[in-house]
Amino acid sequence: MTTLPDKTDKKLGLVIDLDTCVGCQGCVTSCKEWNTSGYSAPLTDLDPYGKDPTGAWLNRVHGFEITDADASRTVHFPRSCLHCEEPDCVTVCPTGASYKRAEDGIVLVNPDTCIGCKLCSWACPYGAREYDMSHGVMKKCTLCVDRIYNENLDPEDRQPACVRACPTGARHFGDIGDADSDVSKLVAERGGYNLLEEFGYKPVNKYLPPRKKRDHVTAKPVALEEVGTGTDGSMSERFFAWADKMLSN
Amino acid sequence: MHPAYSVIIFTTISGAGYGLLTLAALGMAFGLLPVSPSFMIVLLGISIALVTIGLFSSMTHLGHPERAWRAVSQWRSSWLSREGLFALLTYIPTGLLGLSYIFEIGVELRPILGLAAAILAMITVYCTGMIYASLKTIRAWYQPLTTPIYVVLSLLSGALLLLCLLAVGGEHSGLLVKFAIILCALSLLLKLAYWKKIDEAPYDYTVQQALGFPDAIKIAQVEPAHTQANFVMREMGYKVARSNSAKLRKLMVMLGFVVPFLCLAGVILMPVQMVPLMVILLLSHSVGLMVERWLFFAEAEHVVNLYY
Repeated sequence: MTTLPDKTDKKLGLVIDLDTCVGCQGCVTSCKEWNTSGYSAPLTDLDPYGKDPTGAWLNRVHGFEITDADASRTVHFPRSCLHCEEPDCVTVCPTGASYKRAEDGIVLVNPDTCIGCKLCSWACPYGAREYDMSHGVMKKCTLCVDRIYNENLDPEDRQPACVRACPTGARHFGDIGDADSDVSKLVAERGGYNLLEEFGYKPVNKYLPPRKKRDHVTAKPVALEEVGTGTDGSMSERFFAWADKMLSN
Repeated sequence: MHPAYSVIIFTTISGAGYGLLTLAALGMAFGLLPVSPSFMIVLLGISIALVTIGLFSSMTHLGHPERAWRAVSQWRSSWLSREGLFALLTYIPTGLLGLSYIFEIGVELRPILGLAAAILAMITVYCTGMIYASLKTIRAWYQPLTTPIYVVLSLLSGALLLLCLLAVGGEHSGLLVKFAIILCALSLLLKLAYWKKIDEAPYDYTVQQALGFPDAIKIAQVEPAHTQANFVMREMGYKVARSNSAKLRKLMVMLGFVVPFLCLAGVILMPVQMVPLMVILLLSHSVGLMVERWLFFAEAEHVVNLYY
């Protein structure tokens, strides 16, 4: 049904830290790998070793250089479905294949009823939905709905594949509707924000802004205490000093 | 936005079909169209054929056309679903009207059926326009002029088609000629207003807003997310160059509105060979209409392009 649920029991989503993301594309790759089987899989790749490879990916990371008054820095920007509370991508769907789950707020596409009309991708300002040319249906981030409740996996793997894969801890998963959850506390502490709030879709995923850059004052290390640098003339001291010199060449 | 040819063909052909149906049915219902029953059957048959061809054409851009029947189920929330529903509903009074003429029964029901067919046809065209006008992501479409232009162009193309068919059948309607002239002028005005709006309004969203940074920050792309184009870029990333769009706009106005207007004015002012003139007028308008629809897509920008 493409009428939205009045409220959802939980608001599951991701919190993405733009300060610690290094653009390694690990989340992109692990998402692609996980979705070679499971819900609405496989994500196709056409002509992968040829001249014009193309395929469906659910998560993509851009790299931008941002310049403000002080300095420039590189910001890597992962972009995937934000599992909005009131998304137009659900209401425009003519078949009801696009829906929002009432129990946890995850927005999904039913691959058995989707007709591939692509209207949902037109309604999404974040470009979260892609048409899979081989399968003929629309695909999007499933928030690893086939992992997070999966009793066949170890408890620590019951998170989205992208969160598990991130080497710098830039991705976090949890119930953003619960003010006491770890992710909500993180959002409050770092000033997490919504993307394109003007659309009124009420995105659930939050982005944490890059931290303020350290300047020449705040970047100075605390001076170390002076330590004795002379030798005591003993045999072992002189031997180690010689060995150190030899090995340093 | 990438102009999908199947959608261009669908909206122009179906639009003309619904316009023809509306004008023929209303004309008959109000006694303004004194044509023979067999001619009426031809008019209804052509309008149904156009609408059906258009609908099937639109199904070719689907990934799973065999499931298209599901598309009428979400009329509570989706304009696309409502369009499908009303398109199907329009067949009912139109079909009954056709049967009434073929089997020469239910003569007294014809005005009511005609009125119903006309109303449902126009609602269908309205829903088609609303599919585009309801998308917040595409600034050019999300404005009050989009749907009225759809409806007016559907009526205009229907009117010109009807005039052409009447001429071929040896009939003529001075009232319809005047109506068509008014529609030509109205379409031109609406289209010019639409172009003024999309050319002048500053783009609502900035790349800073798309990423959630303050406007003072300068942003440049360092690494695209992927080396090849993806679906999103191909579907939403198409934008016609300004210089080309200016030329195409002029062509569209000439062929779609000015030529028909002059032909119709000629019809009123002097006795002419109707059939060749009407055919020229129709061909010119059809090409102009296709160009209009193509531009409608090609001049529309989707907000997701900010990320690229």
